[in-house]
Amino acid sequence: MSLAHRIIPCLDTDGERVVKGVNFVALRDAGDPVALARRYNAEGADELVVLDIAASRDRRPTFLETIRKVAAELAIPLTAGGGIRTLDDARAVVRAGADKVTVNTAAVLLPGLISELSEEFGSQAVVLAIDAKRDGDCWHVMTTGGRVATDLEAISWATRGAELGAGEILLTSVDRDGTQSGFDVALTAAISKQVMVPVIASGGARWPQHFAAIFREGAADAALAASIFHDGIQSIRSLKEFLASEKIQVRLPC
Amino acid sequence: MNVSLLDYGAGNLPSVERALQRLGVQSERVSTSAGVAKASALILPGVGHYGALIRALDRDELRESLIAAIEGGVPFMGICLGLQALFQNSEEAPDLRGLQILPGSVRVMSGAVKLPHMGWDQVQLKGESRLLEGVDSEAYFYFAHSYAASYKADEQMETRATCWYGDEFVAVTETKNIFAVQFHPEKSGDAGQRVLKNFLRIAA
Repeated sequence: MSLAHRIIPCLDTDGERVVKGVNFVALRDAGDPVALARRYNAEGADELVVLDIAASRDRRPTFLETIRKVAAELAIPLTAGGGIRTLDDARAVVRAGADKVTVNTAAVLLPGLISELSEEFGSQAVVLAIDAKRDGDCWHVMTTGGRVATDLEAISWATRGAELGAGEILLTSVDRDGTQSGFDVALTAAISKQVMVPVIASGGARWPQHFAAIFREGAADAALAASIFHDGIQSIRSLKEFLASEKIQVRLPC
Repeated sequence: MNVSLLDYGAGNLPSVERALQRLGVQSERVSTSAGVAKASALILPGVGHYGALIRALDRDELRESLIAAIEGGVPFMGICLGLQALFQNSEEAPDLRGLQILPGSVRVMSGAVKLPHMGWDQVQLKGESRLLEGVDSEAYFYFAHSYAASYKADEQMETRATCWYGDEFVAVTETKNIFAVQFHPEKSGDAGQRVLKNFLRIAA
């Protein structure tokens, strides 16, 4: 008996609709975050992440309303983020129903934000999202949706983030994101083995074997994907059944 | 029936409310000692820092009324920090006193493990559990904590289930009208709903 490896679908929204990685193939209503949340909750998702990738100030109330509606559907934990810049931003998201908050760019600019959030909500509620891109022998942290490079080296930033009070690292490989060529095993393993908080791997998932590899060789505690779930390319239940057959511990039946 | 949720500002209170709603049960928030004294069933949700919970109980003068209600036989369920509060004290805030209803202490989880203990884990039965009645023995529950009540078999007859993470800790405890779980039933899918339902049935 040990902790199950988590499978986490991610809804990238413009505040109101799921905007990324949706081909509208298998599902008539794939753009509706509430319908997707309901489906993933029933299919055995272990958590759900909802991000506001537009993160514009004037659409904030809409995003909070989305969190409220999504939370009402879930009997599993909900993480929300995108554009969280202050303690007040985080409070609004938590009040709307999120169990955890992710911070990314704002934490790079102001690392003390991580401690503030951790003191207010507990470290289990603070997820440090890191977008990392390979640069020679190491990985550098990118901000602003993976578009702006920083001088921060990803492993030391993850370590620092955990010291400041982040309870989890959501690690996205900018190189792999959207490629469907598999998670970045080397990046994830490097961080997961170094940092003493759970690591969620993200970016590049396509096949069930990719998930097996990121848990086994990448030492990930959880794996996140978006489009393959939204488009019905991969069902969560059959993915978990595959992982169980590979002797990787997952929550089944769910 | 009416369930009172002790409101001291815990982050998971709305989640517990929603979970109860799904079970068709209306709950009310109470935040005063008069409210606690009137409750016919009480849930103490909690997540985050032990010190924040204990300080809030003392600030709002809830400690005495809560202990009186629990000792007076009101069905009580503690969730996460709500379980930890029942013990003597916690290493997370060593200068504060717990509710001291159960023997034992809350300690930082040790061993070569990542903290927080975050995610879905299984529990091991240590006796007949009314909260876990009808729940599959392989079922997973959602945990999110870095501190836990150490399990000492010979001193804690109330422990009904434990979990292993670095060390063995109390996951479910039950005695008389007092019930508590370290995991989050409100976030633990069908298994968690069943635990809440069992408590509501006991409390009815």
